[in-house]
Amino acid sequence: MSLLAVRDLKVRLGAVQALDGVSFTVRPGEFVGLIGPNGAGKSTLLRAVLGLVPAQGEITMDGRAAAGMSARERAARIAYLAQEREIAWDVPVETVVALGRTPHRPAFAGLRDADRDAIEQAMRRMEVDGFRQRPATELSGGEKARVLIARALAQDTPLLLADEPAAGLDPGHQIALMRLFAELAAEGRSVVASLHDLGLAARWCSRLVLLARGRIVADGAPEAVLTPQRVREIYGVTAFFGTAAGGNVVQPLDLAEPGGDRPS
Amino acid sequence: MSGAARYRLLLCGLGGLTVVLFLLSLSVGPAAIAFSDSVRALFSDQSDAIALIMKEVRLPRALLGLMIGATLGLSGAALQGYLRNPLAEPGLIGISAAASLGAVLAIYSGLTAMFALALPLAALAAAVVAVIVVQALAGLHGGTLSIILAGVAVSSFAGAMTSLALNLSSNPFAAMEIMFWMLGSLADRSMLHVWLAGPFMITGWAMLALLGRSLDALTLGNDTAASMGVDLRRVQMLAVFGTAASVGAATAVAGAIGFVGLVVPHVLRPLVGARPSRLLPASALGGACVVLAADIAVRIIAPERDVKLGVLTALVGAPFFLWLVYRTRRRLA
Repeated sequence: MSLLAVRDLKVRLGAVQALDGVSFTVRPGEFVGLIGPNGAGKSTLLRAVLGLVPAQGEITMDGRAAAGMSARERAARIAYLAQEREIAWDVPVETVVALGRTPHRPAFAGLRDADRDAIEQAMRRMEVDGFRQRPATELSGGEKARVLIARALAQDTPLLLADEPAAGLDPGHQIALMRLFAELAAEGRSVVASLHDLGLAARWCSRLVLLARGRIVADGAPEAVLTPQRVREIYGVTAFFGTAAGGNVVQPLDLAEPGGDRPS
Repeated sequence: MSGAARYRLLLCGLGGLTVVLFLLSLSVGPAAIAFSDSVRALFSDQSDAIALIMKEVRLPRALLGLMIGATLGLSGAALQGYLRNPLAEPGLIGISAAASLGAVLAIYSGLTAMFALALPLAALAAAVVAVIVVQALAGLHGGTLSIILAGVAVSSFAGAMTSLALNLSSNPFAAMEIMFWMLGSLADRSMLHVWLAGPFMITGWAMLALLGRSLDALTLGNDTAASMGVDLRRVQMLAVFGTAASVGAATAVAGAIGFVGLVVPHVLRPLVGARPSRLLPASALGGACVVLAADIAVRIIAPERDVKLGVLTALVGAPFFLWLVYRTRRRLA
């Protein structure tokens, strides 16, 4: 059974056809990298799956139509990490992470032991438990990003959709995050993360979905999706492709000359 | 001390202060009545002068102070949480201005001379029209910016109509009455006003009280809140209609009392760890304290001059607002 199945998804944003017939499925235990140039429709795809933008097409979760689900039922299946790292009030880090338990708590109930465990585990995984009492608005960009990822982890869902989770993190924390997502996949959960860093995507994802102009151009193993020709056509860059330390390496090098083949 | 313990202590403190101020409000007035006599008269079946003053003059005034203060504090905290903006206040969505216009029209047309409840009823009717217009303009998926803009539009229109009524008023006494009413006061209100406003306020409070957890989730923005199971349409309906019912009723019986709904949530926010859900009850109690205290102050400071309650809250509130802007500006810089 697929965690998430999307068929022929179409989204219009004003005059722009942001998504034009996108179909894909996510099975348990996958770490899917959603890649594509700016404006390809990555964020729109994630938001459409969550029902945040009106969309045409079919979305099913665990075989059930998403259209018939309440916001709460959806929240028990999919956690979402927004691209905007918004925290409106000076609430402590711990409180932000605890918000992830919102869909699991009955009305007017306090935090139960299961909630507390999930919050503690999420904070430890993202290494934010050391500053749990600090106001979240006073943190650095990278710290704030980690707190918000911990919030999404505390939601404890089978599927996590993350919109550019690695943006603004230092290399150490980027790799730690990729490792964490791979770990979640190994536990049988799934992650779909939009990524701009092709190197991270090629090395850590179990599968890549390449989006361009609202359509899926390629979907499969990283080696199959990221070919020199596609990278040139879609991104307009040349890149170094290789392997090192048992993994793929993709490093964009320079702008590709239009029409011409530049030796790499 | 943990956050939860500090929060309980704060609520107990504010609750105690509210009770004290409520009793003080009952015991302050031009008629010199001993405190023990006044309380005894409240619960007696006699209909002597003291009992009459207590039941018909001071009790409704104290009750309205409590209810209106709680309304302003609660709705201010709810709107700031919903709009994620510390400068939001109950008047922002246009309800106060519209209710004022309704009241002004009732005075202007002479309806108030025919029966006493014409004023609050007209104010309530105008508030209902305003909330329907705001909700229709903002739409179901309108979002917070549309609500603010719709509120500004309704406020401006209601303000212009109020000015027009003053402008065209041929009767200087009616113009005077309109001016005085718009300043906001709790003087000379009866239990009838309490019974009229009570049901609307309690309905509004109930709607706003349901918002707590959704407002916490909204701290992380609309999209993230929705992804955590918050139904944004329900939140918008509760916030707009809850504010309209309670603030509309408050304005209908007491006129516009400014700055309480803006300042009280802002002062209390750091004391509740900035959590919007905790701010709701704290701000309701805080608002009740401020309005009760201000209404006591206008009776003590200048008993013979009848300083209006709304004038006092604005006099104290405006400098505070300036300080608020100054501090926010420094933090943003």
